[in-house]
Amino acid sequence: MGIKINIETCTGCASCVAVCPFGVMEIKDDKAYVNVGCTLCGACKEACAFEAVIIEEEAKAPAAEGHRGIWVFAEQREGEIKSVGYELLSRGRELADSLQAEPSGRGLKTELCAVCLGNNIKNAEQLIAYGADKVFLVDDPALGSQSEDLYAGALVKLIQEHKPEIVLVGATSLGRSLIPRVAATLQTGLTADCTDLAIDTEKRLLLQTRPAFGGNIMATIICEAKRPQMATVRPRVFAKKPFSGRQGQIIKVDFDKAAVTSKTRLLSFVADLKEKIKIEDADIIVSGGRGLEKPENFKLIEELARVMGAAVGSSRPPVDEGWIPYSHQVGQTGKTVRPKLYIACGISGSVQHLAGMQTSECIVAINNDPNAPIFEIATYGIVGDLFKVVPMMIDKLKG
Amino acid sequence: MNIIVCLKQVPGTTKVNINPETNTLMRQGIENIINPFDAYALEEGVRLKERYGGKVTVISMGPPQAEAALREAISLGADEAILIGDRAFAGADTLATSYTLSRAIKKIKDFDLVICGRQTIDGDTAQVGPETAEMLRIAFVSYVSKVEEVKEGLIQVHRLIEEGHETIEATLPALITVVKEINVPRLPSLRGKAKAKSAVIPTWTAQELETDPARVGLTGSPTRVVKIFSPQRTRTGEVLQGSPEEQIDSLIKKLRGSQLI
Ligand SMILES: Cc1cc2nc3c(=O)[nH]c(=O)nc-3n(C[C@H](O)[C@H](O)[C@H](O)COP(=O)(O)OP(=O)(O)OC[C@H]3O[C@@H](n4cnc5c(N)ncnc54)[C@H](O)[C@@H]3O)c2cc1C
Ligand SMILES: Cc1cc2nc3c(=O)[nH]c(=O)nc-3n(C[C@H](O)[C@H](O)[C@H](O)COP(=O)(O)OP(=O)(O)OC[C@H]3O[C@@H](n4cnc5c(N)ncnc54)[C@H](O)[C@@H]3O)c2cc1C
Repeated sequence: MGIKINIETCTGCASCVAVCPFGVMEIKDDKAYVNVGCTLCGACKEACAFEAVIIEEEAKAPAAEGHRGIWVFAEQREGEIKSVGYELLSRGRELADSLQAEPSGRGLKTELCAVCLGNNIKNAEQLIAYGADKVFLVDDPALGSQSEDLYAGALVKLIQEHKPEIVLVGATSLGRSLIPRVAATLQTGLTADCTDLAIDTEKRLLLQTRPAFGGNIMATIICEAKRPQMATVRPRVFAKKPFSGRQGQIIKVDFDKAAVTSKTRLLSFVADLKEKIKIEDADIIVSGGRGLEKPENFKLIEELARVMGAAVGSSRPPVDEGWIPYSHQVGQTGKTVRPKLYIACGISGSVQHLAGMQTSECIVAINNDPNAPIFEIATYGIVGDLFKVVPMMIDKLKG
Repeated sequence: MNIIVCLKQVPGTTKVNINPETNTLMRQGIENIINPFDAYALEEGVRLKERYGGKVTVISMGPPQAEAALREAISLGADEAILIGDRAFAGADTLATSYTLSRAIKKIKDFDLVICGRQTIDGDTAQVGPETAEMLRIAFVSYVSKVEEVKEGLIQVHRLIEEGHETIEATLPALITVVKEINVPRLPSLRGKAKAKSAVIPTWTAQELETDPARVGLTGSPTRVVKIFSPQRTRTGEVLQGSPEEQIDSLIKKLRGSQLI
């Protein structure tokens, strides 16, 4: 596979230079030249009036052959299945329903399966309510400590055995650490941290859209020749849609201890959430940023959160400064949240912060700079000094 | 203790814009830097060398200009640097990048620890660390915020995950990815700068690495970017008016009205 320029027909018109999304085309000695960084996206070929751009596509192996079905990895912690698993099943159901099971199409639908690994997993039948036709349940004491080595081994084995065409996984700490290892063993493509998924039904291709360059650009990525097509997907980008009375099948799978060993060992774990309400699950989040100036001022945020029954969030600077633990950080390198109401106090609205909260239903911004970018995405904005506004809000909500 | 640090050269800003007319990335005049997370990886490598002896080798896969990042790494304390460069490696996705890096690491052969950044600031995938570890079939720990100690073929580290802190023990050789909490990188020393200037940085090509042509560059990359575009920020917000008190009253009324509180 590669790109070539036919220098016989190339006129050096530079129309390819203008359209290259990656800026790798150049005119050298009056002819087009392809620099390092080309992704074979084909924009230049389309733009060339002289058919001078040749993209050699190898005859792709019929990749989808023998691979059928959409899988969702339902992550659990201490037996509790995480919300992102249900979100992905809800979206997965829609994707599966848009794909015919056989190209000839006899009305057969594509199967949606959930895979859940852990120990004493609770409510696995819920996975069916959110759209799974089948649930592969691997419940074993050895899987209790979330060993990524054991998880990876068990998942690879299941995928090799059942050959799904698509595997979706929540882009959590565990998902983003574990799944690349599974993809590497299977030697297939993996798209990171997607915020949108669609299907090209004709080619049975998953169209995976993700932010890159810190959220400044969006890219749509496909995986044509390898199966399964794998993606990690940000929590809270898809809504949960339960069905009532759905039927499905729970298949218990034995964990083969002999087949995998772990090269790591968990010695201890310390949870560092200060609050009882987890920010991932909260309906309301009150977040503070650098505008709070001092650690003791974070109490204002905590107080407002308390009177509203909300969880406490933060932008990165307060975490960097040690005012609040990392588990409260919202954003690209923190958590993605989608509460009904997000209140940002003294937060400017950097792309990295927005990446973690912009899909919230209602966003309120309190900031003394009317030009702060947070106002561009805020549903309601209050331009003012948070040290006046927040205490007043607390009083009014209490009263 | 022999340490390999994987380092990528990236544009010095994530504020790349898309030309709305042509839909192309506008990268003019942007300076290249060492990926910020890789600066922490390098610093940790140098600190571990200072603590336990051994040497630090930095490797980077990239175009010829990535040599500048490797030279900078030497000024920051790395002993040796190798550029992994070949036109055949161009256009690699994370799978092909990881395969190529793993070939280079195998060629270096004598190593105890590989350190990567948690993620880059351009591709942003955070996949190269775990994929490379898997291809090397060695122990892997992500999001490391502290190396507690290295002893008797084991490394003990703290890692930062969504739910809190874990302490993990892994067998060596291992690959870890580091987060920014791990250290504060030093500035280049005068001696380091002098060393960087005269350092000889070899380039390893596909031939030297004996890579499988089907697994490198574009050919070896199952994923393909087919479209790029600017993110849409669609929200028509309302800046509340009046005195602070009036603004708050109106806010509370609106939130109650839409049953948000
Ligand atoms: C690779 C990478 C990853 C990152 N990941 C994240 C992430 O996950 N999450 C994250 O949040 N950031 C992240 N960042 C950092 C991000 O770029 C910003 O620096 C950060 O979000 C800024 O936080 P802030 O809005 O609190 O601070 P600032 O940008 O400093 O904004 C403070 C705001 O407070 C306002 N203010 C000051 N005083 C008052 C007052 N008295 N009353 C009202 N308003 C006041 C100011 O007008 C200003 O708008 C990341 C950066 C990089 C490079
Ligand atoms: C817009 C866009 C989106 C993309 N999306 C995807 C995608 O979803 N999936 C995919 O497989 N590829 C994707 N790619 C390709 C990917 O960016 C490249 O494969 C890149 O070479 C490595 O990925 P990264 O920058 O994300 O590195 P990360 O995986 O984020 O890097 C983690 C660490 O690995 C080490 N490392 C990474 N690259 C190198 C290197 N070249 N040399 C030495 N060490 C290195 C560093 O220590 C780094 O801190 C995308 C590219 C673009 C332009």
